Amino acid sequence: MKITHTMEIGVGLFVSLGLAALLMLALKVANVNSLGAPAGYRVTASFDNIGGLQVRSPIKMGGVLVGRVTGIDYDAEHFRAVVEMRIDPRFQHIPSDTAASIYTAGLLGEQYINLDPGGAEDFLSEGSELELTQSAVILERTLQEFLFSKTAKSEPKTP
Amino acid sequence: MSELFARLGRSSLLAFERLGRANIFLLQVCARLGLAFSRPALVLLQLWAVGVQSLLIITVSGAFVGMVLGLQGYNTLVTFGTEESLGAVVALSLIRELGPVLTALLFAGRAGSALTAEIGLMKATEQLAALEMMGVDPLRRIVVPRFIAGLLAMPLLAAIFTAIGILGGYFCGVGLLGVDAGAFWSQMQLHIDLVEDVGQGVLIKSIGFGVVVTWIALFEGYDAVPTSEGVSQATTRTVVNSSLAVLALDFVLTGLMFH
Repeated sequence: MKITHTMEIGVGLFVSLGLAALLMLALKVANVNSLGAPAGYRVTASFDNIGGLQVRSPIKMGGVLVGRVTGIDYDAEHFRAVVEMRIDPRFQHIPSDTAASIYTAGLLGEQYINLDPGGAEDFLSEGSELELTQSAVILERTLQEFLFSKTAKSEPKTP
Repeated sequence: MSELFARLGRSSLLAFERLGRANIFLLQVCARLGLAFSRPALVLLQLWAVGVQSLLIITVSGAFVGMVLGLQGYNTLVTFGTEESLGAVVALSLIRELGPVLTALLFAGRAGSALTAEIGLMKATEQLAALEMMGVDPLRRIVVPRFIAGLLAMPLLAAIFTAIGILGGYFCGVGLLGVDAGAFWSQMQLHIDLVEDVGQGVLIKSIGFGVVVTWIALFEGYDAVPTSEGVSQATTRTVVNSSLAVLALDFVLTGLMFH
């Protein structure tokens, strides 16, 4: 079989179509920002309970995505979960007394860390730790407490 | 009784011998891979045969698979009121599994069988022997360009299949069923990682499948009994064996990649 000009054009189109498809998968479908992950600065926070938080869970401030969780570890000395997060370099001026709490998006949605800015003069930087933290709300525990308080209240009436 | 064991032993020895021949064949092909770059025109010809001519079946199947995923995913998700995550469902299933696996199965049927039949027929009509007589290495002249073309075409075809599938899901979900277009794409971007999903799912898997399918197809043709019946049996074996190998390899790769 001889190579015709049509074949050359066809193969060229095929290869560029394939590369275009890959490019679309990279740019439009995947979150391409996650490739340039090392940008930004790292901050840690320790929680009593992180619930269903995972690596790559979002960090939000006022509902806006400002970073992602990059690592989760357990501090066996203080019995607390240590969460390492990376904040986007665009957000340099976050007060150092910012509070971190774990919320759930919607009733069954994924969990994320919400940052509530404080009023300190100095800002968070590479390696700083968030001191004010609030653990995830565990639905079972809340339910348990609720039921317990209900029964405790109703008990005196029964005798 | 002993005859039964003898027959069992004979057939397992034959099977192992064949497996060994297949591995030696792969090693011989790999040892000659570099030589093919001196004749890029041969690879181009094969890219036309296995790549461009598979485009029709790949794009059409990709579009329909994506559209069905969009419909089915919507019907399931809408009962939970989470139809916004349709984009993530369609893209994750296509990128991680359906894209590379279905492309490999179609590729085995469309291109693998043709490779086996072509090489088997070359063997049956003693063209391979004739090449050797002229001092031309048939592995280098015939097999290696086809191997490289299969290796290059599979990831490209898988990427095209996946991208068209996602567009098909978009057409069904957003165009016909009224899912919000912004939520469709943003949920997708939230859940899909470039390296972990696109890199491992589409690229590494499809390159692995490309190697396996092309290897089986070329070996079956090269090892075929040089009769018309032998070639037809080899072609059937190519489609069956490479489909099974793709499915098994997919299970292993998924287990290794996504815990």
